[in-house]
Amino acid sequence: MNRALALIPVGLFAALLVSFYFALGRDPTHIPSVLIDKPLPGFSLPGVAAGTPGLSSHDLRGQPILLNVFGSWCISCVQEHPMLMELAREGVVIDGIDWRDQAIDGAKWLDQNGNPYARVGNDKTGRTGIDLGVTGAPETFVVDARGRVRYKQIGPIDSDTWNNTLLPLLKKLRSES
Amino acid sequence: MKRVSLILLAFMAFAAPAFAVLPSEQLSDPKLEARARHISQELRCVVCQNQTIDDSDAPLAHDLRMILRERLLAGDTDEQAKAYLVKRYGTYVLLKPPFQANTLLLWLGPFLVLIAGGALVGLYLMGRGRLAAPSELSADERARLNTLLETPE
Repeated sequence: MNRALALIPVGLFAALLVSFYFALGRDPTHIPSVLIDKPLPGFSLPGVAAGTPGLSSHDLRGQPILLNVFGSWCISCVQEHPMLMELAREGVVIDGIDWRDQAIDGAKWLDQNGNPYARVGNDKTGRTGIDLGVTGAPETFVVDARGRVRYKQIGPIDSDTWNNTLLPLLKKLRSES
Repeated sequence: MKRVSLILLAFMAFAAPAFAVLPSEQLSDPKLEARARHISQELRCVVCQNQTIDDSDAPLAHDLRMILRERLLAGDTDEQAKAYLVKRYGTYVLLKPPFQANTLLLWLGPFLVLIAGGALVGLYLMGRGRLAAPSELSADERARLNTLLETPE
């Protein structure tokens, strides 16, 4: 009886170790979005260059799309960019928010690296990004046909996140609409 | 070499502590500014995670400090100003986690461990009490003890 009791603390300690072990594998930089299944907050942003269309939250209706937050200052965005270019070639609709950036820098960056976006809005002050709960670039929202956020990808999209998470979700959303 | 390090040390003595909150960010009303500083010490920087937005040099922390001050100037209470950011970043931005469903274990966990530990200690003490009062000797044992005691050395 007593020997069994003495094992309880050992068991609790083992349980703690197991939970710590799994917690170590979690990425603490992943802050869950509060917008999941909620409508995108309203915004209306100018384009990055004269004559280019801007982006407003009303544009994001009618079909599921990706809303990518980037900036000319953002290093990981350069890493992600070829993937976005590839997706755009395949016909995926991607809209962009040029976050905390001068419009001219955003425009220059898109000239140099290519423009995968259907529409780009320049969020110079960063306030729209903050309204969206953006913690850094790149981040990508999956927005459904009714303008609701369904998923947020933190960090660059690579072929793994695309094939295993974003593409299946977009397919499901397309069948919904 | 020694002289150089002494000079360097002397310079360090005069170094002013670095503050993340720049003078240009501060409100002219000292009362409002004090409130802003107090609130921003309770808000987590979402980029650097274990710093407050008051401590952090991250550009986003700067933006959040500015928003906080705007809210206070617009007449928000401390709670309303905090709620403005919680609405965007979730309760994650609060360095003191609120008492809610997904933080139950966090808040009550220590008490559960205390109760469990107390129960274990109680059980242990009860077990020891039983050991302290051993059962009476049987007739056989008594007889054997008597013969042992009576046997001369």
